[in-house]
Amino acid sequence: MIKKTRKHPAAINLDRRTFLKGAALGAAAMALPPADADAGILEGFFQKHFREMNDEEIKKVIDRLEKDYSKQFSKEVKVKVTKPMENVVFGYGLDIGRCIGCRKCVHACVAENNQSRDPQIQWISVLKMKKGAKIADFESADRYYQPEQVPEPGQFYLPVQCQQCENPPCVDVCPTKATWKEKDGIIVIDYDWCIGCRYCMMACPYGARRFNWSKPNIPSEQLNPNTHYLGNRPRPKGAVEKCTFCIQRTREGRYPACVEACPVGARKFGNLADPNSEIRKAMEHFRVFRLKEDLNTKPQFFYFFGVKANRAEGGK
Amino acid sequence: MKKMKAVFFTLLATAALSVFLIQSGVHAQPQAEQAAKQQPKQTAAKLLIQAPDTVTQAPKMAFFPCSQCHAAMPANKTERALAFHAEIGLKHMPTGWCYSCHDEKNKDKLKLANGDLIDYSDSAMLCGQCHGATLKEWQDGVHGKRTGMWNGSKVYDNCLSCHDQHQPAFKAIKPMPAPERPEKIIYKKKK
Repeated sequence: MIKKTRKHPAAINLDRRTFLKGAALGAAAMALPPADADAGILEGFFQKHFREMNDEEIKKVIDRLEKDYSKQFSKEVKVKVTKPMENVVFGYGLDIGRCIGCRKCVHACVAENNQSRDPQIQWISVLKMKKGAKIADFESADRYYQPEQVPEPGQFYLPVQCQQCENPPCVDVCPTKATWKEKDGIIVIDYDWCIGCRYCMMACPYGARRFNWSKPNIPSEQLNPNTHYLGNRPRPKGAVEKCTFCIQRTREGRYPACVEACPVGARKFGNLADPNSEIRKAMEHFRVFRLKEDLNTKPQFFYFFGVKANRAEGGK
Repeated sequence: MKKMKAVFFTLLATAALSVFLIQSGVHAQPQAEQAAKQQPKQTAAKLLIQAPDTVTQAPKMAFFPCSQCHAAMPANKTERALAFHAEIGLKHMPTGWCYSCHDEKNKDKLKLANGDLIDYSDSAMLCGQCHGATLKEWQDGVHGKRTGMWNGSKVYDNCLSCHDQHQPAFKAIKPMPAPERPEKIIYKKKK
C-alpha cells in the first residue's frame, strides 16, 4: 500500500515553531499603530470620564482634541472647558405671542453649534399650530411648513429645544453617566462617553435630543472654531447631542445665538438667581408656563404670551 | 428785654436773608436762561439706559438732515397725499399728521407732547408717550431685542430697528428653509 499524501501545490512547509513565531510577531505588529495614524488614538481609548479628570488630565485631552480638530478641518479650532459661574442658574423665556416662525433661530443655532449639515441635524424645532389648538397637542403640529411668508393667518408658532429640566429624565436613564446637569442648570453631554444607546432620546418628553447616525459632515469653512468641550465641539459618529444654551457663549456672559438671531425679540435669556435679569422680569410681567408641566420635569425654559395675538401683518 | 432782643434779631436775620435771596434770584435767572439756551433740555430719553449699555441707532434716514430741504419750506399742516415722501404712507394713529411728532420749526428734531425737542436718536421717548407700558417693558428687557452680554453691557435695539415709525405693524417675512423630512435623509456609507 502506498501512502499518498495530498499536497496542495501552493502549500508551504510550516512547522509549529515557525508558525507560532510568526503569529507572535504579527500580533505585535498589529498592536503598533500604523505610521500615519494619530498618536492620540490610544489616549482617546483610555480617556476618563470628564468629571473624573483633574485639570491636568483635562488639559491633555483638550490639547489632543484641538490638534485633531485643527487637522481635520484644516483651521485652528479652540476647545474650551469654561466652568459654571457662581450664583448663576440659567433660565430662558420664549414669547409665543411674538414668534413669527421664521426659523432664523434654527439656522443661527446650526451655524454656532456645528451641527451636521448632511445628514441634517437641527436642535430647534419650530412647531406650527392652529390658533385655539391645545398647546400640548404636539401630534397635530407641523414642523415642515414652508409658506411664502410667515406668520400665516390663524396659526401660531412654538419653537421647542432642550428645556434644561431641573429634574431631567434623560440624565436618570443614561447607563454610562455621559450626560449630567451642571451647576448652572445646563444639561451637558460628554460625547466621548456616550455609547449611543439613545435611552435619553426615549426618555426626553420634548424630543430635544438628536443622534449622529453617521459621521457629522460640516464644511470646514462653516465650522465655528470657538468651541466648548461639553458644547459645540465636533461630535463623533454615534453620539447624542442637543441644545446647551450655547454653553460656549453663555458661560462667558454672552447671549445664546438664537436670542441674538430672533428678529422679533421673542427670546429672553438670563440668570434666574438675579431678580433684575430679563427672564425674572418676564416671569413677573407675564403668565409663564412650561411645556408638559404634569411630568414634573421642571424645565428652566418658560413660555409666555407677551402680546394677545400675533400682531404681525399676516397674523391678524 | 431778652425777649425783645431775640425778636429783633430774628427780624434782622429774615430781612437779610430775603434781601440776599432776591439779589441772587435777580442774578440767577438770566444765567439759567442762558444755560438753557446753550444746552438743549436734557430729556429723560438720555437717562433711560444705564452706563455700559447702549441703544442702536435708528436705521439711517435717506435725506438726513431734513433741514437741507425743509429749512426754506413753510410747514404745511393739511393732511394730503405726499408727493415726495410717498413711501411714508402714514398708517399709525387714527388721527395725526407730520407735526404730531416732527417739530414745525426745527426739522432736524422731534417734538414731544410737552413741546420738548429731542434728537432722532432718542425717538424711544417719543414712542413712549403713548406706548408707556411698552417703553417700560423695553427698559426692563421683556419687550424688544437685546444683544451683547446677559451679565454685562447690552445693546438695546431701539423701537425703529423693528417697527417702521410710520407703519408700525410688523411686516411678514420669508421663512428660512424647513428641516428635511426624516425619510428623505440618506445616510451615506463611508467612502
